[in-house]
Amino acid sequence: MISLEAVTKRFGKQNVFADIDLTLERGEIIVIIGPSGTGKSTLLRCINFLERPESGRITVGDVQVDAQRASRSDILKLRRRTAFVFQNYGLFANKTALQNISEGMIVVDKIPKEQAHARAREILERIGLADKSDAYPAALSGGQQQRIGIGRAMAANADVILFDEPTSSLDPQWVGEVLSLMKQLASEQQTMIIVTHEMQFARDVADRVVFMDEGQIIEQAPPEELFTAPKDPRTQRFLRKILAPTGQPLP
Amino acid sequence: MLNLEYMWGLLPVLLSYLPLTLQMATIAMLFALVFACLLAVIRVTRVPLLNGFSLLFISFFRGTPLLVQLFLFYYGLPQLVEALVSINGVTAAILGLTLHFSAYMAESIRAAIVGIDRSQTEAALSIGMTQPQLMRRIILPQATRVATPTLMNYFIDMIKATSLAFTLGVTELMGATQKEASSSFLYLEAFLLVAIIYWVVVELLSWGQRHLEIYLNRAYQR
Repeated sequence: MISLEAVTKRFGKQNVFADIDLTLERGEIIVIIGPSGTGKSTLLRCINFLERPESGRITVGDVQVDAQRASRSDILKLRRRTAFVFQNYGLFANKTALQNISEGMIVVDKIPKEQAHARAREILERIGLADKSDAYPAALSGGQQQRIGIGRAMAANADVILFDEPTSSLDPQWVGEVLSLMKQLASEQQTMIIVTHEMQFARDVADRVVFMDEGQIIEQAPPEELFTAPKDPRTQRFLRKILAPTGQPLP
Repeated sequence: MLNLEYMWGLLPVLLSYLPLTLQMATIAMLFALVFACLLAVIRVTRVPLLNGFSLLFISFFRGTPLLVQLFLFYYGLPQLVEALVSINGVTAAILGLTLHFSAYMAESIRAAIVGIDRSQTEAALSIGMTQPQLMRRIILPQATRVATPTLMNYFIDMIKATSLAFTLGVTELMGATQKEASSSFLYLEAFLLVAIIYWVVVELLSWGQRHLEIYLNRAYQR
């Protein structure tokens, strides 16, 4: 359903990662964890070509793109099959909450404005911000902005939603509401790839956890397995370090 | 002292030339805005070839005096291009003002575009927008807000710069004043009056600018 084959990304001469393979089924939820600077976000951004990989093949639904030969229209097709949630929200500052959600439907999917707005209102209802429909991003809290960001991704009707550290720039008080919205999406079988440092969330929600280090996928397994009995010493070291201060059980 | 009676009588005469002045400034401003946006977008997206042209264009029109450019268009170019022999002063002035100010405005607009944070561009691309859609719907509306105070300054400057058209034989506000003054010999009265007229026009515009900015800032109120 979604697959990366031998995806390689370089910045200059330096490999960020090489020959990454990853597949997931419809409805599957993958959480990618690992130390900072190991290419997790870059990998995510390669899936919709916000970063252009040097080589490899990316398949999302019925769209298949070979990185070396990707044309502009290939990339557009791929982007229409994916949606992205950004660490710092990336809301359109000149648009209201409602317009942020309806914008893509109107401009990209060419849905008539009335219909797009009706659909956006439904989404606002689902993300619990129906009363904020006419508010501009500047007037919203971080948590509300990120929920709108997720709402915008929901509106894209994509095969997969990619989350790039969606709670990392939030004040602690707003993290809960964003995670619970993501849990709600998970319960609706939304296919998701999530890069996060929220280990408890990964435990609760992921079907599979992928551990990345130094540009490689070291191991991947269902959360209970990866968190309690990681095979690779690098995974063990990372988990001990990151779980110790949280009071969660150590592997 | 000042001959106030003369000034009072001269006022309606001079005001009758104000429409031409405002007309030249407005038309030149509209053309300049469109042209400056084009130049700015070319510079930001680095369109090959056109980017080099933009750089050269901006360099020349910022690097030479407006008066020189006006003389070039009105007196110089007809020597080169047959069709321009019949160019009239008003057209030459509008052409000169447009090109001169678009070079300055392009740089302000470019700075405003570059100032929009990158995450919005990525967000727009991530939902499948094309570059032109991104520019039209997300970037330019926001850049407009950022650039408005500077662009209004240029418009004010432009209104005053139309006075140079009198050197091309156009009888606009300044040209008319010059004529009146040299027949009455009341130079102080005439030029003081025209200064006041320009001043009032600019003040009215500044008042409009404040309201425009409040309107453009509506999305950014906490």
